[in-house]
Amino acid sequence: MKLRFLAVILMGCMTTLAGLAQASVVDTLQQEYKTAGAGPFSAAKGEKMWVEKHKDAESGKEFSCQTCHTDDLKKSGKHEKTGKVIDPLAPSVNKERLTDIKFVNKWFLRNCKQVLGRECTPQEKGDFLEYLKGQ
Amino acid sequence: MVMKNRIWAMVAGIAWLLVNSGYVLAGAPNTDFAAVTNIKYAKECGACHLAYQPGLLPERSWRKVMENLHDHFGDNAELPTADQPVLLEYLVNNSAERANYKRSAQMLHSIRKVDTPVRISQVPYFIREHREVANRVRGNEKIKSLGQCELCHQKANEGSYAENEIRVLGAESWND
Ligand code: HEC
Ligand code: HEC
Ligand code: HEC
Repeated sequence: MKLRFLAVILMGCMTTLAGLAQASVVDTLQQEYKTAGAGPFSAAKGEKMWVEKHKDAESGKEFSCQTCHTDDLKKSGKHEKTGKVIDPLAPSVNKERLTDIKFVNKWFLRNCKQVLGRECTPQEKGDFLEYLKGQ
Repeated sequence: MVMKNRIWAMVAGIAWLLVNSGYVLAGAPNTDFAAVTNIKYAKECGACHLAYQPGLLPERSWRKVMENLHDHFGDNAELPTADQPVLLEYLVNNSAERANYKRSAQMLHSIRKVDTPVRISQVPYFIREHREVANRVRGNEKIKSLGQCELCHQKANEGSYAENEIRVLGAESWND
């Protein structure tokens, strides 16, 4: 009885900790963007950019963030070319999301160039995070 | 006397284990390419596809791949600048020239000196081995390219591509 009680408390602490890590990573990054002159950040703008399609200049193919992450962030996505499974991006179902600054930066760099053909601005990255953190 | 018996029993036991694990029969570890051992490489270069064994390509190919990560087969695979040299060094130190494995040598020697293939699936030895299966899986939606080794080679992630481990998606059995 006592053990189960302890286990529940422990689990509670762990989820809170994961939640905190995510909050602090998003906060730190958004603070960084604000220092660069961006803000305030809007989830609605983030969502609009998330679904927006862009034509790739070379291949003529249309890309959006949903190409690999699908139209349901709570579900697993698939890499468009290699077929490799991508775990859900929504922090509500995947506690590991948005918990590592270097990881987020690396994928923003790659994915923005892939979809938009250029790096995202601090404003855009802040809006994306505002949208993603609530998913 | 008792001591001697025990030693013999031990020797027999070890011999039995070795034969059973295939070590004695094959004479060497039962893999075609040295498995990936570098955790950073496995993580970074395994993010979008199988972390290909460095022994699959020669040094000059890996250098070319690593120079063009921003334009990586139609994708962007740029690395944080600090990681780039570390991974290149791992690839170079374990490239087909340096790997003491039969299949690495076969891959390497099939490539003309003037060529620098950046795809494993462009290496002549690979093309020869896969000519038939390539025809068979053409149009198969699940197999987007022959670069997805693990779809057919069940132990590809261990560097093992033995024929008895092949299961081609959508085909009953390979050895029909
Ligand atoms: C070509 C496929 C592809 C496209 C298109 C794509 N992504 Fe990604 N994205 C990935 C992969 C692969 C990962 C790494 C996932 C993993 O390792 O679990 C990733 C990870 C991320 C992460 C890191 C999440 C974390 O765990 O902290 C963010 C943020 C992200 N993507 C945002 C975007 C945005 C914004 C767009 C649109 C501009 C986009 N992605 C478009 C493939 C893609
Ligand atoms: C952002 C995703 C991504 C990352 C990260 C990535 N790759 Fe790739 N890689 C791809 C895509 C997409 C292809 C092409 C798939 C296709 O068209 O068959 C590919 C193909 C390859 C091929 C050719 C396979 C073949 O024979 O067809 C090699 C070799 C390769 N990658 C090496 C690497 C190395 C080394 C790294 C680490 C530095 C790496 N990749 C990281 C996306 C990625
Ligand atoms: C569509 C299925 C398929 C894919 C994908 C595939 N292979 Fe194969 N591979 C085969 C088949 C089938 C054979 C056996 C050919 C034969 O003997 O007729 C083979 C043979 C081989 C052999 C020779 C093995 C032997 O014992 O003779 C090697 C090495 C090999 N593949 C490596 C790879 C690598 C590396 C990749 C990824 C870059 C890959 N294969 C992708 C189906 C595939």
